[in-house]
Amino acid sequence: MNMVDITAAQAAYRDELVESGLLIPTGVDGLYGRSGVFEDVVERFDALVTRWGGQDGAEVMRFPPALNRRYFEESEYLKSFPHLAGTIHSFGGDEKAHRTLLRRLEEGQDWTEDQVATDVVMTPAACYPVYPTIARRGLLPGEGKLIDVFSYCFRHEPSIDPARMQLFRMREYIRIGTPDQVVEFRELWLERGREMMGALDVPLDVDVANDPFFGRAGTMLSNSQREQKLKFELLIPITSTEKPTACLSFNYHQDHFGHLWDIHTADGGVAHTACVGFGMERVALALFRHHGFDTAQWPGAVRKVLWG
Amino acid sequence: MPQDASPPYANQSFQGSLSAGAAGLQASAAGGAAGGTDDGMVAGIRSVLAECGGLAVDAGTLAIDDDLYSAGLTSHGCVGLMLGLEEEFDVEFPEKLLNRRTFESIAAIRDAVRGLVDGGAA
Repeated sequence: MNMVDITAAQAAYRDELVESGLLIPTGVDGLYGRSGVFEDVVERFDALVTRWGGQDGAEVMRFPPALNRRYFEESEYLKSFPHLAGTIHSFGGDEKAHRTLLRRLEEGQDWTEDQVATDVVMTPAACYPVYPTIARRGLLPGEGKLIDVFSYCFRHEPSIDPARMQLFRMREYIRIGTPDQVVEFRELWLERGREMMGALDVPLDVDVANDPFFGRAGTMLSNSQREQKLKFELLIPITSTEKPTACLSFNYHQDHFGHLWDIHTADGGVAHTACVGFGMERVALALFRHHGFDTAQWPGAVRKVLWG
Repeated sequence: MPQDASPPYANQSFQGSLSAGAAGLQASAAGGAAGGTDDGMVAGIRSVLAECGGLAVDAGTLAIDDDLYSAGLTSHGCVGLMLGLEEEFDVEFPEKLLNRRTFESIAAIRDAVRGLVDGGAA
């Protein structure tokens, strides 16, 4: 399947989803409303994640889909992903500037000149608020920390691929602790992820992956990430079997966030971190793709896993 | 692709600076690019390493075959190192060289840079 075919398949699946009412178009690629049926699947999958991970003693944190701009700046996200970031701006002018804004708006000109950056930035990944929060608490306890987050996330990458939304939800478990604790966590979830998704009767594969780092420096980082096998993805074909979609990811950040935020383990070492991320919309889209748009007609075993 | 399910992490300590301009200039003054000799090149590499590599040890104490990753070179340190070397030696690393092996030791860097310098002159 070449790129033209892949794009056509993505457009076709998006059109089917819109026609069926599962996704509600807004006129912007990658920005959709969701129907009740779609949300039901997301909620059932969210509950399934909790069934697998909820007994591990994670501390639940729920943040709005925005981040303190200072945390965002300190995260160095702009070094690696300037092209994906979404910053929130608001009008910062006086009455005269307001009149200019309205005139430009009416004339169809650019009206954004007096928009200024606020203290708020869109959350690029659900775990970003967690690290500075944990850092503020001081030394980690001996057993480290396990955090459960769930948030809408924003990435500026408009696409007709319904599996590449600009605003989408990510559930995550984040492990913060010694290298051994963190690596054990990631291994555990690599196994759990396969088993959990296998029970949903979708074709899947787990493979080494890299993040979409920006520019030539990004090529270097991507290659390095793959060579060290720091990121794995659980892939399910949605619109292409040759290019299946990452629905879960298993990430070992080594001591990157520990250094960045000055997080230390009980013995004083720099904390290592890892996380498992669940792409809620992508999982739902994969399920609709493989089991059809009518959830009542899904295989009994899959319905039992999700609805009990 | 890693969008929905993938928190986009940079994967290692970000000790190296992406902006290596000053280091490059200093290293040039030490004779790295201008000399073109092996010793000059190694001295230039050490200078960029010290400035941009974010190593845990003094770059001057490393043997040319020492493993730089064991000496504390991180992925992000590697990016700073790459940019610093490009400025120092006026070369551009092609994509096929943008991997960990290229930067694993001073000798590996020397060989890569020499290949680029010679290639550029041919």
